Amino acid sequence: MNQWTNFTKGFIRENPVFAMLLGMCPTLAVTSSAINGLGMGLATTFVLTMSNIVISLIKSVIPDKVRIPTFIVVIASFVTIVDLVMAGFAPGLHSALGVFIPLIVVNCVVLGRAEAFASKNNMVSSIFDGLGMGLGFAFALTLLGSVREILGNYSVFGIKFIQSDGVLMMILPPGAFITLGFLIALINHLNMKAKS
Amino acid sequence: MEYIIIIISTVFVSNIVLANFLGICPFLGVSNKVNTALGMAAAVLFVLTISTIVTWMIQHYILNKFGLSFLQTISFILVIAALVQAVEIILKKVSPPLYQSLGVFLPLITTNCAVLGVALLTIQKDYNLLQGTFYAIGNSLGFALALIIFAGIREHLEMMDVPKGMRGMPIALVVAGILSMAFMGFANLVK
Repeated sequence: MNQWTNFTKGFIRENPVFAMLLGMCPTLAVTSSAINGLGMGLATTFVLTMSNIVISLIKSVIPDKVRIPTFIVVIASFVTIVDLVMAGFAPGLHSALGVFIPLIVVNCVVLGRAEAFASKNNMVSSIFDGLGMGLGFAFALTLLGSVREILGNYSVFGIKFIQSDGVLMMILPPGAFITLGFLIALINHLNMKAKS
Repeated sequence: MEYIIIIISTVFVSNIVLANFLGICPFLGVSNKVNTALGMAAAVLFVLTISTIVTWMIQHYILNKFGLSFLQTISFILVIAALVQAVEIILKKVSPPLYQSLGVFLPLITTNCAVLGVALLTIQKDYNLLQGTFYAIGNSLGFALALIIFAGIREHLEMMDVPKGMRGMPIALVVAGILSMAFMGFANLVK
């Protein structure tokens, strides 16, 4: 039961993007289409889960004073793995995400979970926490990417449903800020409604 | 002339925050007051320029020379983290008043993706050291400009009657979107 809570809390209640406002740079930058959002989300999920596993295993041998640099080295290693694997097997996605793949290192979600969860809990809980948080992040990015792609290009995951050009502004940078603003407002509104 | 173009294009045309989405966390986090925004902008200018120069040297004199370019991400982030610590310690010793005003912002900068982002972009764009330095300065000025304008707007926003669900972050994001639209007006300034 406890593991189930660890897994599901990342989706809605502690969703990294909508509730905690972490990892904003990739959230805004790569979500010009649903597929890019999903790719970025899954890459982050992999890094988050693997680094949670390693950090929860070695937490007892890390001296307290150098724990942050140690976490960063572990995270950076997995980011390098993702970077190289993606360059080899999905070069299109790799060039679409560009500099934001190496920038997973400084995504606050990953370091935040390492510090707040993996360094205090055992391996099994950390796996569920990493998977849940990562998939919650992927869910948020895919949702944002889908909305922008629907409005901006009249398509979802590259499948066009109206044969004409969309509102170009939604795919350009301003669309990212405005869409995320309205999505968070919607979630706030639903939360307030549920409470009253 | 080439250097002026680099500065103008990084400050206005492809602004680091509003067009490239780097450094969004401090952009949204410490932009409630113009004064804190100024402090953050100064700290970023300082660290970003130094770290771009240092990481450029590491890439060209160590990683490329020994064929270690797969270590780029790890080495850059470690160097930046160490550099931020070093800057903090040196500043504390050398100039206490400057440390007083920048001190709180320095630890936050390690996780500011603008620093690592600009370091990586400088390598990707194949700039030489001087071009890279101007690129870093231009980007920090662009960051400062966006941050200070945004802080000024948010100070006024606090007095506005915003619908309940939109208060706080959502309205700030919409304002950032409109600001980003305004900056798109500079699109054809260079070339």
